[in-house]
Amino acid sequence: MTREFEWPEFVYLVSALRWTFLLSAVAFLGGGLMGFVTALARSSGLPALRWPAAIYIGLFQGTPLLMQLFLVFYGLAVLTGIRIDPWPAAVLAFTLYSGAFLGEIWRGAIEAVPRTQWEAAETLALTRFAQLQHVILPQAFRIAIPPTVGFLVQLIKGTSVASIIGFVELARAGTLIVNVTFQPTVVYPVVALLYFCVCWPLSLLAFRLERKIDADIGTRRTA
Amino acid sequence: MPILELAGLRKSFGPHLVLDDVSLSVEQGEVVAIVGRSGSGKSTLLRCINGLEKLDGGTITFAGRPLPSGGAALRETRKQIGIVFQNYNLFPHHTVERNITLGPTIAKGVSQAEAMALAQAVLKQVDLEDKRQAYPAQLSGGQQQRVAVARALAMEPRLMLFDEITSALDPELVGEVVAALERLAESGMTMVLVTHEMGFARHAADTLVFMHQGRIWEKGRPREMFASPRTAEFETFVRAILRPHD
Repeated sequence: MTREFEWPEFVYLVSALRWTFLLSAVAFLGGGLMGFVTALARSSGLPALRWPAAIYIGLFQGTPLLMQLFLVFYGLAVLTGIRIDPWPAAVLAFTLYSGAFLGEIWRGAIEAVPRTQWEAAETLALTRFAQLQHVILPQAFRIAIPPTVGFLVQLIKGTSVASIIGFVELARAGTLIVNVTFQPTVVYPVVALLYFCVCWPLSLLAFRLERKIDADIGTRRTA
Repeated sequence: MPILELAGLRKSFGPHLVLDDVSLSVEQGEVVAIVGRSGSGKSTLLRCINGLEKLDGGTITFAGRPLPSGGAALRETRKQIGIVFQNYNLFPHHTVERNITLGPTIAKGVSQAEAMALAQAVLKQVDLEDKRQAYPAQLSGGQQQRVAVARALAMEPRLMLFDEITSALDPELVGEVVAALERLAESGMTMVLVTHEMGFARHAADTLVFMHQGRIWEKGRPREMFASPRTAEFETFVRAILRPHD
């Protein structure tokens, strides 16, 4: 039986957005935690911390998200013999993916703080931890906000890949509606529009923040 | 007993020998001005004294003890050695007051109230009491540099190092920073300065050190040295420096 794409179908799509949000949020938070630790390890003086972090980042930045998802979903099943559900598989894969990217973004932010700031803090007899806490991270945080919001946009759109392993979020919901309405030319534009409504304001925000922080740094330099 | 004793310091960057057998002793309350061309090793020498650069040879003795190479022991020593940099290196995200209280509260465990009183006192010393709540970006270069001096003083150091602290300033702002240095020298602070301010070196320094090619080429009382240079290199240097002003 063929259905038309009408109000209930539209409501179904919008409600599927919550899974997109949820996956994005969990991956962003989990990835944020991993990214924070990774960024600190990457900017550490100890090679034993720097190298594993570099390998992790390289691995996840150098492979397609889709492959990471497949590896987690099928690979874990093969390794452990337990079939893992799409939701935990997606959470794990997207968390690892976000952690690598955020780790790299935040490493860049930490390194963007001039070396002389470390030195000034060091000569005030601050421990390395106190240098980070009071001098480096507050400055790195400001630098990191725009690219972090930018990555969040990528992540939200990226969660559509989770539809491949059967996780029902917005993109998957769209496909399901297409399967019953046979109206891909109607349904997918609506799906795309829904992504746009979420991502565009965030992109705008990232752009605004970037300009604001550039301006702040500008006044600091000229003063 | 000298408060600072440098013996046979050696330091290379790659094949380039920047410190070549540098020995110097500094007494409590002494003001030592180090001059020389850029690349003569002056700044490196200063950075070695508070452990920002590692030595390749020689020993640094501060207050009767060898300068620790790192860790908690070096941090302990740094509480007693203040340094002010050419480019101020204030913390842009903190107010002037927080810039000053950060070291005392975090590194020395001084209470917030005590640290704030301390900040007030050191800001008075550099004549900037009204700028406590300002951010560095809101200050002129000269004011920022004076805050940097105050920040170092708030640690109540026994020795202060100054690394070309007027070199990044517009000419009209140099005077206020030099005035702060002079007051500090008069207060009896032990100071080692790398400087291009020959006027200051001439009348405020007890000892003048001329560095050339990583060595202490000539050393003595400033007036005598300026009046009658013993080496051709120092004479050339003095002429090159003084001629535009005279």
